[in-house]
Amino acid sequence: MSKKVISSSATRVPTDSSVKLLRVVDLKTHFRTERGTVRAVDGVSINLDRGKTLGVVGESGSGKTILSRSIMGLLPKRNVIREGHVFYEGDDIIGYSQEQMRSVWGAEMSMVFQDPMTSLNPVMRIGKQITESLIFHLHMDKGEAKETALSLLSSVGIPEPTQRLEEYPHQLSGGMRQRVTIAIALACGPKLLFADEPTTALDVTVQAQILNLLQQQQRERHMAMILVTHDLGVVAGRTDDIAVMYGGKVVEQAPTASLFANMKMPYTEALLNSIPKLEYRSHKRLEAIPGRPPDLVHPPTGCNFAPRCRYAQEKCLTDEPPLIESEAPGHYYRCWYPVGTPEGEDALARNQAKGATAAAVPVSISPTKPQEL
Amino acid sequence: MPVPSPDSRPGESLPTDDSIFGGGGSGNLATEITEIADGDVQVLEGLAVLDPDQIAPDDVVKKRLGWVFWVAVAWFTLVAVLAILAPWLPIDDYKATSAQIRQPPSPDHWFGTDTLGRDIFSRVIWGARVSLTVGFASVAFGLLIGGTIGVIAGFFKGKTESVLMWAMDVLLAFPALLLALAIVAFMGASGRDLRNVVLAIGIVAIPPIARLVRAATLVHSQREYVTASRALGAGNSRIIWKEVMPNVLLPVISFAIIGVAVAIVAEGGLAFLGLSVEPPTPTWGGMINDGRQALQQEPYISLIPCAVMFLTVLALNLAGDRVREYLDVKEIGL
Amino acid sequence: MRFVRRKIVQLVLVLLAVTFLSFFMLNLLPGDTAQVLCGLGGGEECVEQKTEELGLDQPLPVRYVQWLGDAVTGDLGSSARNQQPVWEAIKQRMPVTIELLIYSQVLALVVAIPMAIIAAQRAGGIFDRVSTSVAFALLSVPNFILAIVLILIFAVRLKIFPATGYVDFMDDPAQNLKDLFLPALTLAVAEMAVYLRLLRTDLIATLQEDYIMMAKAKGLSPRRIMLRHAFRPSTFSLVTVIGLNMGRLIGGTFIVEVIFALNGLGKYVVDGIIGRDYIPVQGGVVVIAVGYVLVNFAVDMFYAVLDPRIRHARALA
Repeated sequence: MSKKVISSSATRVPTDSSVKLLRVVDLKTHFRTERGTVRAVDGVSINLDRGKTLGVVGESGSGKTILSRSIMGLLPKRNVIREGHVFYEGDDIIGYSQEQMRSVWGAEMSMVFQDPMTSLNPVMRIGKQITESLIFHLHMDKGEAKETALSLLSSVGIPEPTQRLEEYPHQLSGGMRQRVTIAIALACGPKLLFADEPTTALDVTVQAQILNLLQQQQRERHMAMILVTHDLGVVAGRTDDIAVMYGGKVVEQAPTASLFANMKMPYTEALLNSIPKLEYRSHKRLEAIPGRPPDLVHPPTGCNFAPRCRYAQEKCLTDEPPLIESEAPGHYYRCWYPVGTPEGEDALARNQAKGATAAAVPVSISPTKPQEL
Repeated sequence: MPVPSPDSRPGESLPTDDSIFGGGGSGNLATEITEIADGDVQVLEGLAVLDPDQIAPDDVVKKRLGWVFWVAVAWFTLVAVLAILAPWLPIDDYKATSAQIRQPPSPDHWFGTDTLGRDIFSRVIWGARVSLTVGFASVAFGLLIGGTIGVIAGFFKGKTESVLMWAMDVLLAFPALLLALAIVAFMGASGRDLRNVVLAIGIVAIPPIARLVRAATLVHSQREYVTASRALGAGNSRIIWKEVMPNVLLPVISFAIIGVAVAIVAEGGLAFLGLSVEPPTPTWGGMINDGRQALQQEPYISLIPCAVMFLTVLALNLAGDRVREYLDVKEIGL
Repeated sequence: MRFVRRKIVQLVLVLLAVTFLSFFMLNLLPGDTAQVLCGLGGGEECVEQKTEELGLDQPLPVRYVQWLGDAVTGDLGSSARNQQPVWEAIKQRMPVTIELLIYSQVLALVVAIPMAIIAAQRAGGIFDRVSTSVAFALLSVPNFILAIVLILIFAVRLKIFPATGYVDFMDDPAQNLKDLFLPALTLAVAEMAVYLRLLRTDLIATLQEDYIMMAKAKGLSPRRIMLRHAFRPSTFSLVTVIGLNMGRLIGGTFIVEVIFALNGLGKYVVDGIIGRDYIPVQGGVVVIAVGYVLVNFAVDMFYAVLDPRIRHARALA
């Protein structure tokens, strides 16, 4: 079961320096548990330039959250196997000690977490939580730090910042709290921001605001951003590139427009199909993806997605597809019978005739071409 | 658990609830009981959320009782067997004083002799009879009465519950061991015997047991199988016996084991002060106190009963703790 | 404010119940106060006279109310044995018990807090496992046994600390602390073990929280994270238990007081029970119960200071 790691991702045109901001090469993160070794991230390679946004999309259990924590090096040491390379501005930080990472965290890379209620210290005032890193990393004195904190709060759109500084997290609404966590993350001017499902815990009305805020901050600071989410809708139109993860691996990766126009991976197609659209009739059944995410301790032979894929053929169950580049540059995918190709159409037709896939998943006739979002 | 929800009143989401007045007494008594009682409430409430159908077989962490448990059981069994068989064992008469006072351990006297020349080994075994009897009987008594109160309070709720629990609170406001002491002293006009001591400690045990059982009953009487039972026409007593009780018994078991340890310590304390059964019946606490005068030269007179009591209490605590872990599905072993 | 009022009402009700119950129980006792007062020599007449004097022939509820009325004004009666006013005796003995309490809590915390922090920092490591086991073993030692062992080691063999004796703190602070060390240590050991386990568990749980991960992602040092971020939220249970312990120990020091011959409140009550001198017992029990209830009340109020969320929720209530 050989996998070809595509090093041609390095053929991307660099923007303002010849060294990429972030280059992750074949990152693996495995956890030793009682049940066995969980291969949460199993050979992922991505790149990112300064000022660009990468969206990482996947279901829960796809490894997307572990990926961002692993890149940042925030995972515990015990029972965690972390291999591969993480080149940040040319330096491989995978071997860095905790002490070395501490000068990276906050100052170079930082993270916005999913749930603002639990990611803010409930017994510490907001101002303190912001000024702490300013004093620590940028060696500001209290007055300076306070001024900076005030302007940070304004720039993330929090009204009456002076008052807010003295308040506690529970006194703010969910959206405001998330703005605060963004302010904290941006405080020391990091070059790379990880946004880990930043809107999942928020009301729908607030989600767009927060995403806009992130985008705006990113543009102003010329910051790179990795936006992790399970929602394709979130990344459409807000990212430069998208990486779709499944079962700990990247199964499709492309510039955003190319992904939506020409998706190759049936999984991506299924993800898109599962989003209910306004044009649908009100009683239309939602197209959920049948089955469950793969067991990361004993991943299936062949393609990880085959047990649930509408296009699955015999080959999919035995041979794991390698990541290959399509005719569109920068568009990589991992599939034997990709969507929109003659092989793919053929495979699907065969399955529909049989009534089931090679993995015995029932298949019915239904629209195959996803509409543009 | 360390971060309670913002809308809780203090004390409601902590390891204690509003109406706690943990009784006083020797160091371990109330804290352990209170902690265990409330810890179990949390476990119970946590368990109530876990639907057995939702837990995939892989998720249940297999817990075994462990070798520590078995060693503890072995020790305790040894002590219990010796105590039960005491009258028939080939050991010295525990009453018999002799001229050989304060002898160190020797082949003749395995544990040596005390200040009156009595064989310590024999006295330790006879003393075990008192300690173990008091331990089990008082907990049994407490379970019977406190358990009943708790089930009634937890099942019927409303006014009944308020009144019963308030009464328990009042009892709890008494410094516990002082209460036991007072009861023994008061009843002791006719001579202090085993029955009085058991009653005294048993009465003191009622409130914490009642609270625990009530908590467990509350949690379990709201579950679906009770409603289902009722829908099928089952009457209250049937529900209580068939559905609620078996589930309530689980957390009570580990609590009871540790409770026996606490009762033994309580009796030991009373005996130490001279307020347990009257001499010449030996008690561990009494022997320890007697040995105080000889502490300088012959410390073993005190220390041997100290060691035996400590090991027995430790064994019970360990056993109770292991049982609690074993029954607690959610506990993460760190 | 409603919350506070409700608590006060509860407090008073419980106190009334406790005092009545103890009054009731004490009156079931064998032994006649009048008899004791008259001594063996006094005859029928004396007993009759005293009975009338003290109102001992009145029905129970009446006597209770009388007692209550006196008690509220500070008159708790006098001991039958030595005629000493109970309130006076208690006032003399309170400082000993209170000092013992505070001393033991300080000792316990001084040991437990650093150990819990170290154990939690390397959870599951050797220090953690060893300290947890030791704590468990210590919890299983009955306190009178511990007292004996400590006396044997420190007073008899090493002769560093005395087994008995007491000087007032005001007179000789150093000696006072030495005298009280062994008794305080006896009490402290059990508390130490409880606090250690409690704080360690809470710290470990807190360290799993998201905001700790967030603090780590800010690049802060582990020490700062532990002391500034993790510690405070983990102390809620600990503070509550400390408070409750203080309340409980007010009546729970008596064994230690008896063993070390300290004239504290607990010993006073025990002496009364053994000597069938019930008026001091009643007075002592009342004071203990009041102290206990008040301390619990204080704990509830103090909790708000630690957790700002409760403060604000309360303000809205």
